[in-house]
Amino acid sequence: MKYFKLQGLAAVLALAVFAGQNLYARAQNDQSGAIPASVIINIGSLYEPTNLSSTEGGGQGVTEAFNGNVYEGLFKLTDEGKVENLLAVNYTKSADGLTYTITLRDGVRFHSGKALSSADVKASFERAVAPGSLSARISSFRIVKSVATPDAKTVVFTLNTPSISFLYNLAYLWILNIDGRDFKTSEDGTGPYVLDRWTRGSSLSIKKWDGYWGTPAKNAGVVFNYFTDASALSNALLSGQIDIITAVQSPDGIAQFENNRKYVINNGASTTKELLAFNDRNPPFNNANVRKAIYSAVNRQKLLSSIWGNYGSLIGSMVPPTDPWYDASLVNANPYDINLAKQLLASGGYPNGFAFTLDTPTYDPHPTVAEFLKSELAAVGITVNINSISADEWYTKVYKERNFAATLQEHVNDRDVVWYGNPDFYWGYSNPEVVRLVSESEQVNTPEEQTQKLLEVNRTIAREAASVWLYLYPQIVISASNVSGYPINGLNSQFYAYNIVKTN
Amino acid sequence: MTRYLLHRFFFLLVSFVIALLVIFILLRLLPGDPANAILPADATPEQILAARIKTGSNLPLGQQYLNWFTSVLRGSFGDSLVSGIPVAPEVVKRFSVTIPLTLISFVISFIMASIIGFIAAYKNGTWYAHVITLGTQAGIAIPAFWVGIIFVWIFALRLHILPSGGWPNNGWSNFGKALESLILPVLTIVFVMTATLSRYIRASILNILDSGYIRTSRSLGFSQGSSFVLHGLRNAYVPVVSILGIELSSTLLGAVVIENVFSLPGLGSMLTKAIAQHDYSSI
Repeated sequence: MKYFKLQGLAAVLALAVFAGQNLYARAQNDQSGAIPASVIINIGSLYEPTNLSSTEGGGQGVTEAFNGNVYEGLFKLTDEGKVENLLAVNYTKSADGLTYTITLRDGVRFHSGKALSSADVKASFERAVAPGSLSARISSFRIVKSVATPDAKTVVFTLNTPSISFLYNLAYLWILNIDGRDFKTSEDGTGPYVLDRWTRGSSLSIKKWDGYWGTPAKNAGVVFNYFTDASALSNALLSGQIDIITAVQSPDGIAQFENNRKYVINNGASTTKELLAFNDRNPPFNNANVRKAIYSAVNRQKLLSSIWGNYGSLIGSMVPPTDPWYDASLVNANPYDINLAKQLLASGGYPNGFAFTLDTPTYDPHPTVAEFLKSELAAVGITVNINSISADEWYTKVYKERNFAATLQEHVNDRDVVWYGNPDFYWGYSNPEVVRLVSESEQVNTPEEQTQKLLEVNRTIAREAASVWLYLYPQIVISASNVSGYPINGLNSQFYAYNIVKTN
Repeated sequence: MTRYLLHRFFFLLVSFVIALLVIFILLRLLPGDPANAILPADATPEQILAARIKTGSNLPLGQQYLNWFTSVLRGSFGDSLVSGIPVAPEVVKRFSVTIPLTLISFVISFIMASIIGFIAAYKNGTWYAHVITLGTQAGIAIPAFWVGIIFVWIFALRLHILPSGGWPNNGWSNFGKALESLILPVLTIVFVMTATLSRYIRASILNILDSGYIRTSRSLGFSQGSSFVLHGLRNAYVPVVSILGIELSSTLLGAVVIENVFSLPGLGSMLTKAIAQHDYSSI
């Protein structure tokens, strides 16, 4: 028994040593907190990069960690959705809208020391659009006819057709020094941070770079800590291991931070829409009345509250409030009204309802949404057969092969209403008027004209219930209350870290 | 003899090929495509094709198997299909988490189980031996991830003395932090493993205490303790040692769950991610 006492004592001692060490480490951190620039910010995220290259399938994680932090574009998309000059100091657009002449900022260097020149911009662009590139939004660069570099400070883009979104799209293009380097595991950008270390499966750290051309970062560095599980992520914030969660993915994760002075919950402007998307090519969903009937049979407010509590908002079409062509009055374009739903169903030729299979991704919140829709639609005589599929299978079956009747999916980007102008997109919505408007909206000269055209698209797809837009996700960033200066809207998964400060 | 060896070698070869084939088929039965893991959300048809060519998922299944088989034979792990980064150095790096996690847990469990098993056997019939038996029964019944969650709740969220998970960015160079990160995962594995092992040890010791030579030894005037130490101990551990091998391999398997609960970058979490992404070359 004596042995046991000894062992117990040893265990207690061991724990005490580690507790002491932990407290000591925290005290150290607190002391340095007086000088914010020496502080390391710990960020928690569910999106680990697959690799570090945006053209070789690095995914959402590399955008979050690197965009604006390690790599910069000619233009920058602010957290509010505005396009501003970044590596471009100014630009001119020709009268026909086909030529953009961009002047580069002076004194910009890559992390390797090389000065930025127009050749780097051209090479970066060519790399992004090269065959085999897995760059996102690559299709938006198809209109570029040629890139010229008359001198080291000037880049001239010539387009085939005018494109009002061209600068916005250029904000997605990272300018990198492509001189012999493996961008899957290393970097050479111009941003305020350099890559420090990537421990795959665990974390990625970037540290402040002293040679930065602009306002230096307000912290010494950032560590992105990766988790596979949302509750592990919340626990890390609760136990003080991380300072910020970039995007809370489930409402269960919020409750424990509410009414607690130690944490701040930010309810940002999201662009993520939860969709019930039909295959609009085939009956019964090629009939607008049937789609509208389903829309009106669903109590979206109840659905939203049951999933997100007090967070999130309702939308009436693919357009979130942050897009310039948002129309608030559309929220009730297809109101919740069972009798209306029944009438529409009858006029669509299905007075007794019908049955369809709903391909449901297995991850949250889709299974819950599917069950809700099943019970709602049963009230108007429609039988929903839920078919659970993995995210991977969704990509193959629904997105690539278009082999589905209806499906649930979240669409995350801003400005993605334009997909309704593409009859070949997976949901197959085809309205020649919308196709024309979307195409024209790109070729206009002013943002006002663009807004007018896309407003018309917005209204048309709502009127025809091209899909059922169930709700807009909330964009929730939670941080410890001594941390500030981080972006709260997380537009397109970007997370600018350079203004983050941590105080006592 | 040569014939016998050749015979054995041939069978070994055949079972190796069949095992690889079974693994291959099982992996391909999962719906999905490694190309999907690397494609952007708005991928164009050309990008989809390019990704499939890159990952080789456009090839006929026979060809895919042959490629995979030859790469396994060469022992070169090649590049990950999904990330395009070489697999071998990554595996080595991840060993530096999984091996310490497993070995430390294993050694502690073995020591604890020996003590507990010994007490439970030696004091068989007393109330605390019953408590131990009940406790080990519970230890076997509770899933490891649940134990992990409870430990996180107690030590990280309530007491704030240990991290809830994660691994230092610079790994073992930050020795203290790395060790700290391993405490809860190790405790979790120890909890579950001690329960299993101590039952084996208890049963084995009980057997020995009942045996004729211990009785003989006692009749010669030795105390129960010294007769056990002199004659019983070695025999008691013979069946236990054979169990240890199996237990060690199951600890490695258990690490898959534990590494995910505690966000540790070990082999287990690498494997689960690779399976989810159909990253065949990493598997």
